[in-house]
Amino acid sequence: MEIPKIIGAGLVVIGAGIGIGRIGGSAMEAIARQPEATGKIQTAMLIAAALIEGIGFAALFAV
Amino acid sequence: MKIKTTILTLVFSTFLSLYSFAGESPVNSTVERDVRVEYGEFKNHHLLDNHSFKLFKYETDEKTKYVSFPLPIILWDNGVQTFLSSRFYFGKKVVEHNGSFYKLYHNKIYKTDKLGTINYDENDKVLNEMPLDFSITKNVVLILICLVLMLVIFGRMAKSYKNNPIPTGIGRLLEPIVLYIRDDIARPNIGEKHYKRYMSFLLTVFFFIWIVNLFGLTPIGSNVTNNIAVTASLAILTYLITTFTANKSYWGHIFWMPGVPVPMKILLAPIELLGTIIKPFSLMIRLYANITAGHVVLMSILGLIFIFKNLLGGTLSFGLAFALSLLELLVCALQAYIFTMLSALYFGSAVEEHHDEH
Repeated sequence: MEIPKIIGAGLVVIGAGIGIGRIGGSAMEAIARQPEATGKIQTAMLIAAALIEGIGFAALFAV
Repeated sequence: MKIKTTILTLVFSTFLSLYSFAGESPVNSTVERDVRVEYGEFKNHHLLDNHSFKLFKYETDEKTKYVSFPLPIILWDNGVQTFLSSRFYFGKKVVEHNGSFYKLYHNKIYKTDKLGTINYDENDKVLNEMPLDFSITKNVVLILICLVLMLVIFGRMAKSYKNNPIPTGIGRLLEPIVLYIRDDIARPNIGEKHYKRYMSFLLTVFFFIWIVNLFGLTPIGSNVTNNIAVTASLAILTYLITTFTANKSYWGHIFWMPGVPVPMKILLAPIELLGTIIKPFSLMIRLYANITAGHVVLMSILGLIFIFKNLLGGTLSFGLAFALSLLELLVCALQAYIFTMLSALYFGSAVEEHHDEH
C-alpha cells in the first residue's frame, strides 16, 4: 500500500519539477529578448511557479 | 552610531547562524541508542510547538541539565487553571493543581490520576481527557515578540515622517520595501482606485510573515509559520477580506458567469464557488509546506553529521547546510512576497470592474 503511494508522489514531484523548470527557462528566454520587461516577467514567473509548487506539496502531504 | 552598527551586525549574524545550536545535542553518551532514531525524534521535536522555551542542555556527571524559560499554561477545565510549565519538568512530572492532575505527554496536556497513567485504546490513541489548552506556547511568545517589534519599528517610522519626509535609521532599509509592495504588488493587481484600502493588510501580512520566518532561522529554533494554525488564520483573513469587499461583478462571475451558455453557467457556479475556498486553502498549504520542508531538509542534512561520524561527511553536511540556510533566507522573503502577491491578486479580482460585456 505504501509503495504505490510513494511512486505516485514521486511522479507528481517530477511533473512539478518539469513544470517549474519550463517556467524558469521560458522566463529566461523572455528576459533575454526583452530585458526592459524583467520585473514583470519575474513576477509572473514567481506566481506561476508558486502555483505549481502547491501541487507538489499536496502530493508530498498525501504520502 | 558605532554601538548601533555593532548591534545590527550581531542581530544579522544570529540570523545567519546555524541550527546546530538550536536545541539539545542528540548524542547521549550514557545510554547506547541508535543515533538515527534519536536524531529523528529530535528533528520531530524541533518542528513542533512547545510549552517551554528550551535554549540548550548540558550534561554534568550523570545528570542532564536544561536551560530554558518556563511559559504560562492556561487551561480551561472547570474554570481557568493557570500555572507555569516548569512544574511539568518537560513531561517527567505530574502536576497537581486545584485537585486535578495534569501530565504533559508528547507536547499535549492530559488529565490523569495521581501517578500520571496514560491509557490507550487498541489503535494506540490516548483515551485520557484533554482540557482545552489556551497556553502561551513558544509560537505565541514569538508572535508577540514580532508584534512588539513591528509596533516599535513602524510606529517610530510613521512618527519620523511627520517632521521630515526623508526616512531615517531603519526606515532607509524598509521604505523601499514598503514602496515596492505599494507600487509593484498592490497597484498593478488591485487597481489605482481601490488599492489604498488593502495596503494596511498587505504590509502587515508581508512583514509579519517575513519577520516570523526569519525568527525560524535564528538559534531560538522555533518556526511559527511551521504551525498550520498560524497560516490558516492568515489565509482566513485573506478569504474574509476578499468576501466582504467583493463587488457585484465578482459574485456575478461566480454564480452566473457572463458570456457562456446557460447549462454551462449552472455547471460553472459550484466550481467557481469551490474555487473561492481553494484559493485561501492553497495559500495556507503553500506557506506551511514551504517552511516545514525547508526546516526538515536542513535538519536532515545536519543529521548526516551524526550518521557519517567522520570528517568528510561532517564537512560536506556543514557546507550543504550553510548553503541551504542562505537559500532559506531567500525563501523567507519569497514566501512572504508570494503570500502578499496572491492576496493582492485575489483582492484585485474582488474589486475588478468589468465595463465590457464579454
